[in-house]
Amino acid sequence: MTTGLSQETAQGTARGTARQWRERLLSGGSWTVLALLVVVLVVIVVINPSFAEPVSLMAFAKKAAPLVVLAVGQYFVIVSGEFDLSVGSLVGAQVVIAARLMDGDEALTWPVLALMLVFGLLVGLVNGLVTTLLRVPSFITTLGMMLVLFGAIRLWTGGAPTGALSESFRVLGRKGFPDVPGQFQVPYALLVALVVVGFAVLLMRRPFGRSLVAAGDNAVATAYSGAPVWWLRTRAFLLSSLLATVAAVLIGGFAGVTAQVGQGLEFMAITAVVLGGVALGGGRGTVVAAMVGALALEALFTLFNQLALPSTIRPAVQGVIIIVAVAYAARRRRT
Amino acid sequence: MRADDDAHTPVPDPVLRLRGVGKEFFGTSVLREIDLTLFPGQVHALVGENGAGKSTLMKVVAGVHRPDTGTIELDGAPVSFATPLDAQRAGVATVFQEFNLLPDRSVAENVYLGREPLRRGMVDRRRLHADTSRLLDDLGLTSITPWTRVGSLSVAQQQVVEIVKAVSYDARIISMDEPTAALAEQEVALLYELVGRLRDRGVAILYVSHRLQEIYDLADTITVLKDGNHMLTAPAAEVSPDRLVRTMVGRDFAGFFPDKPADTVSGELSGELSGELSGEVAGEVPGEVRLALEGAGNSMVDGIDLEVRAGEIVALAGLQGSGRTEIAHGVFGIAPFTRGRMTVDGQPVRVRTPRQGVRHRLALVTEDRKSEGLALGQSVLANARLVLDAVLPRASDRRARGVPGVLRSLAVPASTVASARDVEVQYLSGGNQQKVVLAKWLVTEPRVIVLDEPTRGIDVGAKRAVYDLMRTLTAEGTAVLLISSELPEVVAMADRVLVLRDGRVAGELPGGSDEETIMALATGAA
Repeated sequence: MTTGLSQETAQGTARGTARQWRERLLSGGSWTVLALLVVVLVVIVVINPSFAEPVSLMAFAKKAAPLVVLAVGQYFVIVSGEFDLSVGSLVGAQVVIAARLMDGDEALTWPVLALMLVFGLLVGLVNGLVTTLLRVPSFITTLGMMLVLFGAIRLWTGGAPTGALSESFRVLGRKGFPDVPGQFQVPYALLVALVVVGFAVLLMRRPFGRSLVAAGDNAVATAYSGAPVWWLRTRAFLLSSLLATVAAVLIGGFAGVTAQVGQGLEFMAITAVVLGGVALGGGRGTVVAAMVGALALEALFTLFNQLALPSTIRPAVQGVIIIVAVAYAARRRRT
Repeated sequence: MRADDDAHTPVPDPVLRLRGVGKEFFGTSVLREIDLTLFPGQVHALVGENGAGKSTLMKVVAGVHRPDTGTIELDGAPVSFATPLDAQRAGVATVFQEFNLLPDRSVAENVYLGREPLRRGMVDRRRLHADTSRLLDDLGLTSITPWTRVGSLSVAQQQVVEIVKAVSYDARIISMDEPTAALAEQEVALLYELVGRLRDRGVAILYVSHRLQEIYDLADTITVLKDGNHMLTAPAAEVSPDRLVRTMVGRDFAGFFPDKPADTVSGELSGELSGELSGEVAGEVPGEVRLALEGAGNSMVDGIDLEVRAGEIVALAGLQGSGRTEIAHGVFGIAPFTRGRMTVDGQPVRVRTPRQGVRHRLALVTEDRKSEGLALGQSVLANARLVLDAVLPRASDRRARGVPGVLRSLAVPASTVASARDVEVQYLSGGNQQKVVLAKWLVTEPRVIVLDEPTRGIDVGAKRAVYDLMRTLTAEGTAVLLISSELPEVVAMADRVLVLRDGRVAGELPGGSDEETIMALATGAA
């Protein structure tokens, strides 16, 4: 009798837990995208068991790190209710500027990094102030910024980037430790991404982070609570541009200088964030979800490589993903 | 004058008849058993306090809402309008307070919007203008031409265009929702004239207004609603203004409000206070002036003099649009005052943003908690510490520890307090949401708190919690400025009542003044 009863309760709890997990996984939040990431990784491993080896996993992490950094930057802007379409162009501009200015000269590495930082922050400041004070929708502001940066760099370089990045500049994006060729190593890029994510998680737990999400949820109520909403959002743009600069250092190190560097990254970042269940329009979502979104997107592209699909399929897939993810979120809101 | 007409003609058949109409929203009934009969050539005034159900009834007539009970008959035949357009086609037009006009189009284009006369697939401008001219001439409107851009017209003229549009549908019934609310006094004449002409043409007019003067100037028949009930329908000549006001406000709320400290056990509390208050009689005369306005004004209000003392509740009463909320917005820096002086605790201050308001330890509980008070998708805790996070980030963590205690003191259920970190505010009841808004201000320990309609749309228990809170706050020496359309609330809670009309202070009344006196001052009947 007693055993029967306890068995029943155990079953009941099991059923309850199962239902809880089902809801979690279908909720469209971080758990859903985490499940997606796991599924994609498993499929990759089934197709190509060597992917599960530490060396391959680290290579994957190194490749995904810049997107994670960009997604975190984009997260700040999206959660506050805005968009930043300029990050791809900014990454491209930063890499091209760095290469041309230092032209492989080791001594110029640090001064150029400092200049990149200032330039990145300036772009973020302009994006933020134009959006908040001049009340230009951020979609337009950052679309304009994207074109301005793209055009200005072409004008300056005459279409073909010149110069080279110094070896020490490229360490972060390319190397790891222990630095023994052919052996397992933890890429520096992974460490940078982890530091960025950790820093972002902490920031979102601070009054600034809570106010930022609240502003994305209801800007009027947040302003009436005494928050300077314009400055909150401007800081989000500053963070986005700052992290785009960090991503530029990683990407420059990883891939070197080309005319195409950075192209399309803004949509990759936005897709990653939306895939993580962060609501467009603001007010909902977490940093970790944005990170997992970036990893899931990168894993999906890795899977396509494994399947030997042409890389030209990427934009189409990305387009489908972004629409499906937003539609999924909208469906969830309705019910 | 109307009696003469009746002598010549037999009583005409009603054009519209509502029988036993009732309407519920989310289980709350806002209209119960309403009967209303409109005759051709009659101006029928619909009056009642804010929230009496006038607008809902108008929307039922207009086809915006469908009644849950009762029937609507048009020319004796039952009808059911699926959409406002159906009603319009059947000859029932409605002129709402917000204009539905396109400012950049001409008068003619607005009147015939969506059904312009066509010629070979193109808009026939000549006929469009001719038709509009004829309409305007018929109504004796010489000051408006068909080709004038609507945006360049005065508010009164725009109102007239709305009515012309209604007439162009051959409307036999036109309802108007406070048509003079946005008009200056000299503009009202234009509207009066138009109403007169429509009546002479045999149109039935349902006229919603707060202004007693207007009602007696225009209406043949008056219907009074109160809390969704039909109180009275009678010829205007047979209802005295006194009786009208009494019917509008009469209500029984005895024993619902917490008593003032002076006449209850909490006399002990005020006893403690009296020491601080330099021997003044506790509970009777409050402390020093916390908030003062002298000649404050902006584009919405003007010449506002006001004082709220520590431990005092001052109410701002008045009709919708009289400037109550605008004063709150001025004090708190949402729409700052541009004239006059404001002092907080005797110090002259300039509050240009809510942030500066918070810094001076002012608090504003806004009228609309969903759009102005809460970030609905955030947790209870995040909302309760919103002001701390926004303005006092360094002290935020420490002071946010007080949130659970504050929530409990507001009688928020223990389970909600326990899950404050996880539960999103949108899943709370209206009453509990309001308590979260209150909590977010209480943790800042304000010196002056402005409560704009603090009990709107919340249940009785939560209302009681709000009233108790007001008593607690005043006992602690906070100054409370209460804005409320609920007259019983104003009468029971306030130490003094400032009555506003048309953006100015119409008069000051002592606490406990009866509702009729306040209403008379607010409507300009006194």
